[in-house]
Parts: sequence; C-alpha cells; structure tokens
Amino acid sequence: MATKKKTAAKGAPGTVRTAGDPALDREMLHSMLLQRRFEEKTGEAYALGKIGGFCHLYIGQEAVSTGIIGQLRADDYVIGTYRDHGQALARGITPRAVMAELFGRIDGCSRGKGGSMHLFDRNVNFLGGHGIVGSHVPLAAGVGFAIKYRGGDQVCVCFMGDSVVNIGAFHEALNMAALWKLPVLFVIENNRYGMGTAVERAAAVDDLSKRADGYTGMDGIVVDGMDVHAVRDAAGKAIERARTESRPSLLEVRTYRFRGHSMSDAVSGTYRSKDELDEYQAYDPVFSLRDAMVLASTMTVAEWEAMERDVAAIVQDAWDFADASPEPPPGALFEDVLVDTTS
Amino acid sequence: MPIITYREALNQALREEMSRDDRVYLMGEEVGVYNGAYKVSKGLLEEFGENRVVDSPIAELGFAGIGVGSAMAGLRPVIEFMTWNFALLAIDQVVNSAAKMLYMSGGQYNVPIVFRGPNGAALQLGAQHSQAFESWLAHIPGIKVCSPGTPYDAKGLLKSAIRDDNPVVFLEGEMLYNTKGEVPEGEYLIPLGKADLKREGSDCTIVTSGKMVLVAMQVADQLAKEGIHLDVLDLLTIRPMDVEAIYASVRKTQRAVVLEEGWEICGIGAQVVDFIQRECFDHLDAPVLRVHQADVPMPYAKGLEKIAKPDAAKTIAAVKQVMYRA
Amino acid sequence: MATKIFMEALSPTMEEGRLVKWNVPEGAAVKSGDVLAEVETDKAVMELVARGDGVLRKQLVAEGTTAPVGSLVGVIAAADEDIAALVSGAGSATPAAAVPTAAAAAAAPVTPPAPAAAAPVAPPAPAAPVSTGPTRSSPLARRLARESGLDVGTIAGSGPSGRVIKRDIEAAIAGGGVTGVSRPPSAVAGADFTDQPLTQIRKTIAKRLAESIGPIPTFYLTAEYDMTRAVEMRAQAAGLGDEFKVSVNDIVLKAVATALAAHPEVNAHWLGDKIRYFSRVHLGMAVATDDGLIVPVIFDADQKGLREISSESRALAAKARERKLTPEQYTGSTFSVSNLGMMQIDQFTAIINPPECGILAIGAIEDTPVVVDGAIAVRKRMRVTMSCDHRVIDGAVGARFLLDLRRMLENPLMLVF
Repeated sequence: MATKKKTAAKGAPGTVRTAGDPALDREMLHSMLLQRRFEEKTGEAYALGKIGGFCHLYIGQEAVSTGIIGQLRADDYVIGTYRDHGQALARGITPRAVMAELFGRIDGCSRGKGGSMHLFDRNVNFLGGHGIVGSHVPLAAGVGFAIKYRGGDQVCVCFMGDSVVNIGAFHEALNMAALWKLPVLFVIENNRYGMGTAVERAAAVDDLSKRADGYTGMDGIVVDGMDVHAVRDAAGKAIERARTESRPSLLEVRTYRFRGHSMSDAVSGTYRSKDELDEYQAYDPVFSLRDAMVLASTMTVAEWEAMERDVAAIVQDAWDFADASPEPPPGALFEDVLVDTTS
Repeated sequence: MPIITYREALNQALREEMSRDDRVYLMGEEVGVYNGAYKVSKGLLEEFGENRVVDSPIAELGFAGIGVGSAMAGLRPVIEFMTWNFALLAIDQVVNSAAKMLYMSGGQYNVPIVFRGPNGAALQLGAQHSQAFESWLAHIPGIKVCSPGTPYDAKGLLKSAIRDDNPVVFLEGEMLYNTKGEVPEGEYLIPLGKADLKREGSDCTIVTSGKMVLVAMQVADQLAKEGIHLDVLDLLTIRPMDVEAIYASVRKTQRAVVLEEGWEICGIGAQVVDFIQRECFDHLDAPVLRVHQADVPMPYAKGLEKIAKPDAAKTIAAVKQVMYRA
Repeated sequence: MATKIFMEALSPTMEEGRLVKWNVPEGAAVKSGDVLAEVETDKAVMELVARGDGVLRKQLVAEGTTAPVGSLVGVIAAADEDIAALVSGAGSATPAAAVPTAAAAAAAPVTPPAPAAAAPVAPPAPAAPVSTGPTRSSPLARRLARESGLDVGTIAGSGPSGRVIKRDIEAAIAGGGVTGVSRPPSAVAGADFTDQPLTQIRKTIAKRLAESIGPIPTFYLTAEYDMTRAVEMRAQAAGLGDEFKVSVNDIVLKAVATALAAHPEVNAHWLGDKIRYFSRVHLGMAVATDDGLIVPVIFDADQKGLREISSESRALAAKARERKLTPEQYTGSTFSVSNLGMMQIDQFTAIINPPECGILAIGAIEDTPVVVDGAIAVRKRMRVTMSCDHRVIDGAVGARFLLDLRRMLENPLMLVF
C-alpha cells in the first residue's frame, strides 16, 4: 500500500507566517519557547539519570498546547495523555513543580508519585496525564457530564494522540458526549505516528476529523498544528461552542514531533526518514512565530535574545529546584491510597 | 420491623442517598425507563428525573469512565453494571483510573464513586454470565470492595459506600434480589471494613460473605442439630478486610472453613487462610479448609452446574473434616 | 544510664520466682556482679546479681513476693538520675519477656504480624525434652501440651495419620490428673490447722509427679537383699580410719551405678518418639528437704569409687538442704535412687522422674530371721522396689537388673573391682 504523504502545514516550507497582536504573540512565543527549552533540559536530565521510566517529549508540538490552552478560563479543565509536559506548562503548572515531578521528588506536582506520565495539579484543574491510550477520553466526557449536571459553563479540553481514534473508549466517549451534548473539546494531536506506526497504517479513515461525522451534532475540524494562530483560532471557536451551546467538537491538529516517541526511540531512521524530519522542522512552530514577529517588527532580535535568556534561567531554576527537592519519605508509600473521609 | 427484599433495600438506599445529596446520580444500562434490569432502580427516574437517573448506551468502558471523570469534577456517581461479567469491559476504568487516581495525583484527586451490580452465578446462565469477581477486584489497592448477603446489610452498606470518598465496588447477587429480611425504618449505616458475626458458636468458624452467607447460616442451623456450633463471620467488606474479627473468632473456635462463591486459585479464601496461618497458627487444631466453585467455567447443564457450585453439603463436609468428625 | 533489674530465669524451668531477701538496701551503691537478692526458684534459692553499676535506687518487689520471669523488680541508676519512667513500667511486659517480631523490621509490604503474646522465657527443661521427631500434631495441640507441661510425643494422636489434636491433649490432662485434684475437706474454724502457701519447689514437684504417674505405665518389682556382708564391710572399712568411712547408702549407690553400667536397657530416657539409652551413668539421689524432694545428680557414678561417691553424696545432700544447688547439679540424671531406710520405712514405691524410666526405692535394713543353708539365722535384710516405665523396661529386663544388683550388694567385694 502506498503511503499517502500528508504534510502538516498548509504552506510550503519556509512560509512566513503572519504575526498577530504583539502582546499576545509575545506571550505565546514565551509559552512555546519555555516548553521547547524545558523539554531539551528534560532530555538532558534523562540522559544523566535524573529522570527514570518512560518519558515522552513534546518538542515540535508546542503550538497545540499553547494555542488551545491559551483560550481557556481558569475554571476550565484540561486532561491529557502521557505526553503531558507541554500542556502542563502551558496550563500554568510551574516549571519547578513539573521538573521536580520528573525527578520523582516531594515538591513535584504529584508529590513524586506520578512521574512524567502522571502530572496533576488541582490548582489549575489539570486532571492528569494518563498512561493507558484512550482511557482518559471517557474521563473527559465525565468532566463534561459533571459541568452540565451542575449547569456550569466551563469546558473540558481533552488532548489525545492520533492512535486514540482507533480504540473503543474513544468511540464510546464521543458517542455519549454527542448524545448528551457535553461541553468537551476533543483534540487529536496528529503527529503522524502512533509510536512507530504511521496514521495511515492504523486508521481506516484518511482524515481523522471525519470520525466526528459518526456523531450527530459534533463538528470535526482540521487545523495546521505548526501555526499557533491557526490553532488558537480554531480552538477558540470550538471552545465557545462548547461553552455557550454545550456542543462537543473534534479538533484534529496536524503537528509533528521532532523527537522519538519516547527516550528509547531514535529520532528518525526506522519508521520515518531524516528527510521527512527535516522537512517538518522547516515548519518549526516556535521559530516560525519568532520570524514572523521579527519580520513584522513586533519583536527585535535583542528582545528575542532576552526572552531566550529569561527562559533559560527559568529552566535552570527548575532543574536546581528539582535537584534540591528531597525524595518522598518512606512514610509516603502508604499515603494517598485511600482517603479516610466520607461526604 | 418491616420485612423487605434485598432489591427493595438497595432501592431505598439509592433513594435516600439521592435525596440527601444532589451530587449523587445513577448511571447505567436500563436504569431509567426500564426501571433497572433487576428493578433495583424502580421508580427512581420518576422521582429524580433523567439528569440524575441516566440510561447509558451499552458501553461499559465509556460510562464507567464518565463516572470516574465526573467524580473527579465533584459529582458522586453510582455506576450500575447490569452484571459484573459485563464490567470486565470497564475494568480499565475501575483499575487504572478509579483505583489509581488519588495515588498518582499525589493525593489531589479522590474518586468518590460506587460501581455496583450483580456478581456471581444465578441459575443456568452459562459460562459468561456466572462468575464471581471478588478476588479480582479485592486485589487492587485504592478501591474498597463490599459484598453484602442480606437486605439489612445491603442497605446500610450501600449508603455508606455512596458516602465514602473512595471508589467502592459493590457486589450484589442476582439470586439475592428476591430474598427477604428485616430492615428497620429510618436511616442507618453499616461501616465499611467491619465484619459481622452472624452466628456465635464455639466449634468452628465459617468465614464468608455475600450470597454464601445464606449457605453458611443454613449449614449452621443443620450442624447445630448435631451439636456442632458455628461462628458465622460475614466479612461484608472484602477490602479492607476485618482481620481482627477473623482472628478473634478463629482463636476462639480453633478451626476455620472459608466459604466463597468464586474459584479456588488466588481466591478470597486463599487470602483469609494466609491471614489465619500468620496470626492464629498456634490456635489451630486442624488445617483451614476452603469451599469454593469448581475450577471450571460454569456449565449450563443443571446437574453439572449444581456440582460446580459451593453449597451446604460441601461446607458441612469441610466443617466435619476440620472437627475430625468426618 | 539506668539498669533495669529483671526477675531472671535462674533455672531452666523457672517461670516465676519468690524474692526471698534483698541483700542490698535501697540507696546503696552496687557494682556489676554484686549479689542483689536471693530468689527462690522452682528448685532452689538462687542469687540475683547486678547487671550494671550505680545505686540500687528502687526495690520494686517486696521480700516474700513472687514475680514472673522477665518482670521488673528493681532499678539501678546514678544517684541523681530520673527513674520515674522506668519505675512506672513495673509489672508490664518487658523486653526480656517479649518475643521480637521479626517482620517489624522487614520490608514495608510485609504485613506486620500482630504483637506476639509473651512467650515463656525458660527453655524446655532438659528433664522433659519436647520431642522433635515425626509425631504429627496440630499447632494448637502443641501449644496446649507446652502449657500443660506435657510432651506431645508421649500422647497418642486420634486425628488423621495419628495427628495429636486438641482432644488428645485434653484427654491426657484429664487422665493424668494435672487438673481436677480433689482437696480434702478443710476444717471450718479454730487453730487446729495452718494454711501453707505452695512454695515454688512444692509446685514443681506436684506438677512433675502428676505428669509422671499419669501417662507412664508403671509396674513395680520388689526384692529383699541380704545386706549382712555389706554392713560388715562398712564396719571393717570404718575401722581402717576416717578416710574409709562410708554409709550403707553409699554402698547401695555404688552398687546401683555399677549395675546400671552393665544394664543400659534400664539406664534410659523415654523421649516420645524414641528411647535414649545412656552409656554413662548419672545417678540421681533423692534428698528430702524441709520444702520437699530434690534429686541432685552424681555424674558418672559408675566411674567413681566408694569414697568419692560418699563425699559427693554428702556434699550434694547438704547443699540440697540449704537449697544452694545449682541447676546443673540437679538436672541430667539417667536413673534415680530414693532411700527412706533411715526413716524406718520397710518398703515403698517411688515415682519415676521422667524422662527417666526407672527409680529404685530403698527400705530400712532389718535384722530378720531367714533360712540359711537349711538353718534359721538372723540376717540383715533390706527391701528394694524398682518402679519401671513399661514402655521401656519389661518385667524380665528389670528383674535381671535387680538380680545383678543383688549379687553385688550381697557380695560387696565385687564393688572393689
């Protein structure tokens, strides 16, 4: 079977993107750059043995988290997968708390008990990274159910990978979300590969957003995931629909990961070529926005360099903080299995 | 005191708790318009409306997950599985989501949810509809597991389960729904994690729960005529297990038989026996014996099914063996 | 650093002790090794020594009071040290008595066992070893046997494959009279009786002898020996000088020891699953004391000469009466002799001291008319009665031993060789 090559971006490589509102652009650029440098630091810490277990980097996909989460209110909910560092940072979990969690330390956002795949923070309604593919999609529908049950106007955003569209839980959740009109935005981060399996080798549908067609009232939308403005605009509309009309949407964001599936996966060579990687890196979402801003004179090179220094300092601070944080005491082992309260 | 069925007792518990706390809702297949596959939810749709008594599609994994997600967002769902056999489709949500959430979030997200429905064999329902899952579920830290055998216990325990801030697996019995017993009027609760000494004797302890409590009581009646007096210890909650109650009884009687509905290998009885050998070794006058389902999928044929199930005769034989009266 | 003084297990079977006398008053300085008090055990009065230096700050047990092994009886500390916390713990379970729970320090996922009940500190008495053989028994039966002082190996099991179970122990206890001893009706009023609380030694005697008469199928063999020559020999020896003075009893002990060496089939212990025959002869000699009976041991008695046996038996008897015997001096006998001849008892039966299998009861020597070579003559006659555990000693076996003993006592010159 011939592989159908689907490019993520709309334009050709090197397309100069449009800059937007300077203040917003600066904010989004900072958010994406923080994720980028944080993840690079994470890779370094992993190599030094500071981080163990499974660890999935977000490099290349920053426009998805920044573009979508930037449209949420503080009382909205975010839930995601094991590739959750970027969303956690974009949602406002501090770099210190995320890095300490990756290090397995007491000051981590999950007190060192979750790890890379299970970042949680009740303060920002971040309902976790979840490690079983598809398992968290019904949870998102459940959050939407609770919002509607209480008559609230919050929204729940559910991030998932492209492989999720083939699992039963996805269909069961989308069916009920559409059936009961739940305020949930389901976001497929289509980075072209479920681990090492290309989308077209796994899904009997050539356009993942078409999965929405099976559920009456659910919009299926495709957007260029390397363009943070496009992501932000599409997400804004879908979130508004959820908030005001209590209608779920399925948003397919076409993106690309610049690193392997996990730390044990080569960047390229087996299931994807170096050429393909190079091609997508030309659409780098972080630098595309930077270049557009510089071209539009909404940011100077000096300001960019200052932003780099600022982000580098934040990331180094996160490392230092995590490194100094103690491991959970042995007594923590038996804590948090059950609560001893009733309501 | 009014005598009502196990089914009515559960219905009362749901009604009372839904009236008491508007965060409590019931979701599952056929719970609303149909009034429940086993009529446990009879009348609740009429009383509480379709927002709180929610008929789900046949999608156990999906609606179990919806229950967990809604609990994380502040509701107190009661998820009904038409039977626990079907809940295997949802086991990921019970085990990977509900049971783990509090721990992997470092204590931030507890999941106050009840998963309930009939467990174990009825009559001639064949292999896929006749399974007891106590040991599967009780194996998992992060959830509680209840298995009441009488209407009184069913009501008091379900009310406690709904009020508990942890995930609770609630195992009922298709063969129990029509059984009757005294249930007082008005509110009462039975605490989770406490066993109930249903019968006091001096000669041998039967440790059991759920449907098998009725078998144990029958055995106790019969053996009393032969001068053998049993302690019948109903665990009520399998996890956390009331080990102190087990120790107290076995230290008194010095012999024990564990009666359970499920299979032998890695069953609840295996765990009970382990607790007993660890803490009551010097009190035992005989090895602890177990009575359980035969180690086969449940057959359909009536005669085969009968011999596959644990029953009074097998239990009596086990008691006599530990009494050296065989 | 304060040192707690515990009631120590001063004999192998001791479970509690009576503090007879404090040798050191409160406030006096003591050094490690000093004798703090005299303690009456189940066998003897023993010394309780200091395990640390300092001042005996507190005597927690009054003289004449009984305290369980492992309980706190006093505190040694510096003169100004605060010992309130230590003293308040008196009478509670102590480290000495507690059984360490091994799992407490083990890896976390191991469910910690419930705290174990305090176990008896004293190891099983060597005189009543618990069988280690293949006897099947339930854990409960073993515990009940231990608590009742029974050897589970001596009890026939009625469970599967002969497993000894609870009902077998209960039957053994009932049959053995360990419980349910009837008391004579006591007088109601007046001063014509005195109540004597049981001493430790009396308690132990009662328990052990009851055990003995219960499960041991005993039979008795009586013989009358002509002791004329033995008495003559004793008189002749005494005439040679003080260093040759021995008693008739010494001659009897020597003869018994020599006969035992030739008859290992009666020099044996019943161990439940096996019979242990001894090649060495450790002869127990029952000694009456003010408090009761105790059986010090002449070790390797068959290897010792009359003079040595004489001096040793005298020393042991004196120590026994002063209750200064050490546990090593009254455990380990392979066969015993009890002599009530000096009390003008003609003949009696003695009770076997388990796990020994035989005991010889010696009566008084009497001038008795007997037929010698067809004529009536007055001879010095002595009756001996041997109690035999029939599980080990059959009638003929016991009789052969007594026959050999007769040859020696009636021809005491044999003892010289």
